Amino acid sequence: MTTAGAQPFVEQYGALKGALPGVGLPWLAELREAGLARFASLGLPTPRDESWKYTNLRPLEKVAFGTPNGEAVSIDRLPSLLPAGASENRLVFVNGHYRADLSTLKSLREGVEIGSLAAGLERSPETVAEYLGQIAPAGGAAGEQPGEQPLLALNTALSGDGLMLRLGRGAKVKTPIEVIFIGAATEQALAYHPRNLIVLEPESQAVVIEHHVSLGGGATFANSATEIELGDGALLHHYKMQAEGPETFHVSTVHARVGRDAHYDSFGMSLGSRLSRNEVSVRLNGQGANCHLNGAYMVRGKQHCDTTTLVEHLVPRTSCREVFKGVLDDEARAVFQGRIVVHPDAQQSDGHQLSKAMLLSERAEIDIKPELEIYADDVKCSHGATAGDLDHEALFYLRSRGLPEGPARRLLIEAFLTESIEAIAAEDLCPAFLASIADWLKT
Amino acid sequence: MLEIKNLHVTVEDKEILKGIDLTIMPGEIHAVMGPNGSGKSTLAYIMTGREGYEVTEGEVLYQGRDLLAMAPEERAAEGVFLAFQYPVEIPGVPNTTFLKEAVNAQRRHRGEDELDAMQFLKVVRQKVKELGIADEMLKRAVNVGFSGGEKKRNEMLQMALLEPRLAVLDETDSGLDIDALKAVADGVNALRAPDRSMLVITHYQRLLDHIVPDKVHVLAGGRIVRSGGKDLARELERTGYAEFATVAA
Repeated sequence: MTTAGAQPFVEQYGALKGALPGVGLPWLAELREAGLARFASLGLPTPRDESWKYTNLRPLEKVAFGTPNGEAVSIDRLPSLLPAGASENRLVFVNGHYRADLSTLKSLREGVEIGSLAAGLERSPETVAEYLGQIAPAGGAAGEQPGEQPLLALNTALSGDGLMLRLGRGAKVKTPIEVIFIGAATEQALAYHPRNLIVLEPESQAVVIEHHVSLGGGATFANSATEIELGDGALLHHYKMQAEGPETFHVSTVHARVGRDAHYDSFGMSLGSRLSRNEVSVRLNGQGANCHLNGAYMVRGKQHCDTTTLVEHLVPRTSCREVFKGVLDDEARAVFQGRIVVHPDAQQSDGHQLSKAMLLSERAEIDIKPELEIYADDVKCSHGATAGDLDHEALFYLRSRGLPEGPARRLLIEAFLTESIEAIAAEDLCPAFLASIADWLKT
Repeated sequence: MLEIKNLHVTVEDKEILKGIDLTIMPGEIHAVMGPNGSGKSTLAYIMTGREGYEVTEGEVLYQGRDLLAMAPEERAAEGVFLAFQYPVEIPGVPNTTFLKEAVNAQRRHRGEDELDAMQFLKVVRQKVKELGIADEMLKRAVNVGFSGGEKKRNEMLQMALLEPRLAVLDETDSGLDIDALKAVADGVNALRAPDRSMLVITHYQRLLDHIVPDKVHVLAGGRIVRSGGKDLARELERTGYAEFATVAA
């Protein structure tokens, strides 16, 4: 039976399936059908689902989303986060469609495959088949596993285009690969479902930057899914800026598998959308695997920003650090759910998690739910959370030196957020992130 | 410069200052000494406008204007400076940024052009050299990880940069070894000028060996119980504050 909230999307699938990337590939059609079946039976998540207790998608259900056509939108200026010349590879997607006319790809070399997923499905479908839907399984019957992700299932059914990056053994792409996702809607609300696949074979390295923005001011629902496979000794820096318009919904589901001595380093900044959720699941499945899941968010008005993470330590000697910092004003709400699971064999796991929120208004709210599940005995795991107003002593100190209250507050908020930018390894990216903080504080 | 008239201040409904009268002329340094709990820090904070202090009676005139009606930043820009007893740590704000923001905020208030980064660096390097402060202290976050002495030196650096008309030093000597104490006193003495006044608040006389005051007042039980010249400080060092406990009660 299809639940009410799911019905419009199920109908969309019927209308769209002939035009989705990889049409004609039987295995992919099967994957999509399985995703659809699963989504239809689960429906859109509701607060009755444990993982969605604090994030209510009712506002999303009320919007009638149409299906987009990216080709029709004209783009004058690309919203790049990088200084000119800092990136050799830039992919642009408008409403889930790849735009070759706006993208720049350096000619491919041996062992380096950078392009759109649709192109990848044409060029080497067998490679894609090996990973797509395998790192983030979304098929199967409902109730099969605890971490059901209906929106991932929906993405699997309706997957549009996105980044496909595959690096062969030892390949290193030095300059950042910038992927710009533009949601362009005016009166007609639009939903699109970007799908990214990143496969780094052993000892390869890349920097990927996702940039999500809006054009046109209309309502969009970006339901993104990303699968990441990091082979032994691989290194991925994965940065994200979500600065979509105030009428948008943004949901992102990331699944990463991290191999022996590989490192997954991610940082996301969220400041857009009326409702956003970043859900990241990492499986540390090789000894010495390591991840950093960091983020910052700035929300105001009635914005809602959800960060949900799951880190699984599956083998001995893996480690993870998570630091999420946010500033909330007005009636904004944030959610931080951080789950760490240490499996029985995973001795000497090292997992730390920290959520720090600055609440600038009495009506702002953050709900924090750390969960540690530890089945091994020789581990170091911790979590911490703080939520509070600006430091009044610091504010007085600044004012006593002549800074008026407004600038003094801005300086303190900026300092709070800037600390999380300092860990970004891609130096070219820092100015854009810092500017986004300064801009947010100005308005 | 400063006229405090019959000042009564309560904190959380408890009267701490019970009628203070104090006049400081331009160029004078006055010391306020007293036992713990006598209201010394309250006097310092009331001058800079910290929250939580209620004036129930009396007034404070600074250059003839009602000081208590001004916001903390306005007082600062008008030339009032408090050297904190416990300077506040501000993670994430580089000391240089903080100093530059402070200097330029005050310049803006006075209708002067702001200093650009180069101009500011030139000024701050000069002051740092004069005060014998390590350059590296400029790069670190404001007071974060500073030793007690470094924090107090950083207060002196701010004072030197902001060039106040009236400086209030709240227990600047507390927690300092003798070398740091001397360095701080040198910083203060370098700023002595005919148009600059200072109010030095201290528990101990030893700071006053290095910063010689024009007048000394004894604060006990929320009142000034005795005033005199610089010799009064020496006398107190010998006799202690015991005799004033009864006066104040």
